[in-house]
Amino acid sequence: MTDSGMQLAAVGFGTDVWWLILLKAVLIFAFCVVMTLFAIWWERKVVAWMQMRIGPKYTGPQGLLQSLADGVKLALKEDITVKGADKAVYIIAPIVAMVPAFMAFAVIPFGPEVSIFGHRTHLQLTDLPVAVLYILAVASVGIYGIVLAGWSSGSTYPLLGGLRSSAQMISYEIAMGLSFAAVFLYSGSMSTSEIVAAQQDTWYAVLLPVSFIIYVVAMIGETNRAPFDLPEAEGELVGGFHTEYSSLKFALFFLAEYVNMVVVSSLATTLFLGGYLAPWPITAVWEGANSGWWPFLWYFLKVQAFIFVFIWLRGTLPRFRYDQFMKIGWKVLIPLSLVWLMLVATVRALKNEGYEQSRIVLWVAGGVVALLLLSILWDAVTPNRDEEADAKAAGPEPFDPMAGGFPVPPMPGQQLPPVPRRNVRKPEPVGAPAAAELPADRTEGEA
Amino acid sequence: MNLYAPILVLGGIALAFGVVSLVMGALTGPKRYNRAKLEAYECGIEPTPQPIGGGRFPVKYYLTAMLFIVFDIEIVFLYPWAVYFDSLGMFGLVEMAMFVAAVFVAYAYLWRRGGLEWD
Amino acid sequence: MTARTVGVGIGADQLDTTDMVLNIGPQHPSTHGVLRLRLVLDGERIVSAEPIVGYMHRGAEKLFEVRDYRQIVMLANRHDWLSAFANELGVVLAVERMLGMEVPQRAVWARTLLAELNRVLNHLMFLGSYPLELGAITPIFHAFREREEIQAVMEEISGGRMHFMFNRVGGLKEDLPAGWIGRVRHAVATVRTRLSGLDDLVSGNEIFRARTRGVGVLTPALVAAYGVSGPIARASGVDFDLRRDEPYLAYGELADVLRVVTREEGDCLARFECLLEQVHVSLDLADACCDRLDELPQGPVNLRLPKVLKAPEGHTYAWTENPLGLNGYYLVSRGEKTPWRLKLRSASYNNVQVLTELLPGCLIADMVAILGSLFFVVGDIDK
Repeated sequence: MTDSGMQLAAVGFGTDVWWLILLKAVLIFAFCVVMTLFAIWWERKVVAWMQMRIGPKYTGPQGLLQSLADGVKLALKEDITVKGADKAVYIIAPIVAMVPAFMAFAVIPFGPEVSIFGHRTHLQLTDLPVAVLYILAVASVGIYGIVLAGWSSGSTYPLLGGLRSSAQMISYEIAMGLSFAAVFLYSGSMSTSEIVAAQQDTWYAVLLPVSFIIYVVAMIGETNRAPFDLPEAEGELVGGFHTEYSSLKFALFFLAEYVNMVVVSSLATTLFLGGYLAPWPITAVWEGANSGWWPFLWYFLKVQAFIFVFIWLRGTLPRFRYDQFMKIGWKVLIPLSLVWLMLVATVRALKNEGYEQSRIVLWVAGGVVALLLLSILWDAVTPNRDEEADAKAAGPEPFDPMAGGFPVPPMPGQQLPPVPRRNVRKPEPVGAPAAAELPADRTEGEA
Repeated sequence: MNLYAPILVLGGIALAFGVVSLVMGALTGPKRYNRAKLEAYECGIEPTPQPIGGGRFPVKYYLTAMLFIVFDIEIVFLYPWAVYFDSLGMFGLVEMAMFVAAVFVAYAYLWRRGGLEWD
Repeated sequence: MTARTVGVGIGADQLDTTDMVLNIGPQHPSTHGVLRLRLVLDGERIVSAEPIVGYMHRGAEKLFEVRDYRQIVMLANRHDWLSAFANELGVVLAVERMLGMEVPQRAVWARTLLAELNRVLNHLMFLGSYPLELGAITPIFHAFREREEIQAVMEEISGGRMHFMFNRVGGLKEDLPAGWIGRVRHAVATVRTRLSGLDDLVSGNEIFRARTRGVGVLTPALVAAYGVSGPIARASGVDFDLRRDEPYLAYGELADVLRVVTREEGDCLARFECLLEQVHVSLDLADACCDRLDELPQGPVNLRLPKVLKAPEGHTYAWTENPLGLNGYYLVSRGEKTPWRLKLRSASYNNVQVLTELLPGCLIADMVAILGSLFFVVGDIDK
């Protein structure tokens, strides 16, 4: 065990008795499933309210059991394995997508030490010296499920959806990873429980607002949710990677998506919003807010707030186009998070060296202003490459039938100039009539 | 108990749930054979033969994938540096600034060359 | 950049990749109906596109030939189910012209009012469904709330919510109920005040603008070559609107209220803005019609017809500015109670043909944006 591993063991991680571990694991699993059922119902309700509808109402109180009923219905549906599918991969893919989503929960802190049946234990299954790295790793495995599902279905729409999701994952994971680095810089640890403990005074969302925003954007991208739901864009790819799935296999993908939502929300809570610690105005008036089982409530509320943001975005925003989405990831989030990280590191290093606070702020502000000026200058002197590229992408090159002085057929992707139907019979020089002439050449009726 | 063992317990439960669901799904659902039902979905049209498993299809993301590897390795370097930042002092900052600058040069080059234009 | 250096389909190089063929439709969420597009894809970029129509062909033109003129109206209002009233109008105008009928003033103004309300209904449908195709799920419900206002007055007068069947050869089915004009005014005012909300929700959205601006640019030359018409053509700067350029009904007297909305860009955003702006114009026109109807004296709204209605021998072409574009009926009569031939020129049929030109070079996501912005009804394509 490493040094930090020893430290974690010293505060009581990895020392639980076997039945306690089993109990906690089962409880966490149940929590995830219940949260999924709840989140689906909540999403349907909130979106319905935004759309002036009522939403699920009849199944259970206020329709709370609607998602359970949907699950049962899915179980009673025929389990189809399409003909062109790669059977083994096709069957394993939903599990590959689902299991990692649950496993990520192992290191999420739900609360501090509590006592369960007389045993003192953390409200957290376990903690690792590299807990956040572990979550990143496990989340990446989950994407395999989606990619493999798309590939193994043996059909075009899922294939495109799977490809999109892999590209999406790799683009947004970098920004996500970079935004974590700033947190580690402050907490000096990658263990989730220690990161929460380090936020006793100030949440990192306040100290590191840019990292927080980058993470929130990246986490929506990572979970394939609107406005980044390209892998399953129903208007384009019908269902995306899960088009060919039915019955409980489909339900597992659904479960994976919602559990992932809860995971990234929990991670955001843990890293930026002080985890299970009570929010500020409550701690000011109530001493016991951070003792006993109360922290679990704060954790739960914070996660719910994030889930509400997910739903809110889904109800409001249209979907990004694939290239725009990649542009945000690579051209905005990555450079921004790198620059921000170095900025944070500089400030912290200067502080450690004992420079005055106001001096540091002055220098950093000066540096930022200088950079901004440089970039504005750069934009002013260089032609906008993006626009050029856009212009190029707007359409294939016009076809020149006499390229190089001799007649050539059109290349693939090129189109012959439009030939109006009417001119087919009487061969005239091809040329579309001008717009203004349109009214003139209609068939005149007899008065 | 090991720090990592509980993860396996949770993973085991999830795996068991997944397998049970798959078996359940296969058992509880009706089975009514229909040739058309087993065809791949292509908007109600007989699917066009696809190059899956066989030929190649154009994947335009491989440049992105290579870029990803570059940056992912950068992140792997950044994490331990960030965790031990306070004990590294000014030296750590300068060292990492140089490393990030080196990666940034590659990134800027790529951007200028149009590697970040998506086709 | 990896461009398509290997080329597509040229030579069987080892590294060459095959293009994917993807069928969008006949059952695809973004074709709202049974339009089929056969796309050849290179990655996510469309190499070629071919609209395949006819899945919903119901032989409307052939059926017209075995129906008498009263029955034809019922058939004709079905092909474009979102502009039923405007479809009926073309048929009755053609028949009235053949018969040399003079329709009562009151009926003319009522028809104009109903045609404009119908236009609002149609446009609101597309204003809601277009964002839905781009992934915004909420605006359609707001659009439908406005539709419901107009729908209510239309339902009150005709009893129908989709296929109004309120036109008759020689006028309208019945006179307008008492107080109905006031309710129309109220509905129009309500819709007008709420429209800005829809505007903010959709066209004020950055993502929506990024998805639609500069996408699927339709040039005036293409518009002319393919016979594209309606708001789509006007979004490309083709300033042509039958209501102004060849006034029928009472549009000639509404010239000062009628603004023909045009845009120069010709992209998806321009088409959407055109549609939105046209709703405003139509609401103004509806108000003007209400004013006029209030002034008109009470009187008949239709003419007495013979038991067997026969159009005299001859032919005529009646065309109207339908919500989606030009809708024309070429009526050939041999003096019998059924037409010898009734050719239907529907707007959507011409409008979707231009997809072959617009789609190549676009991404799949753009395909959805372009398809949605061509505002078509599949029944109108397949007839």
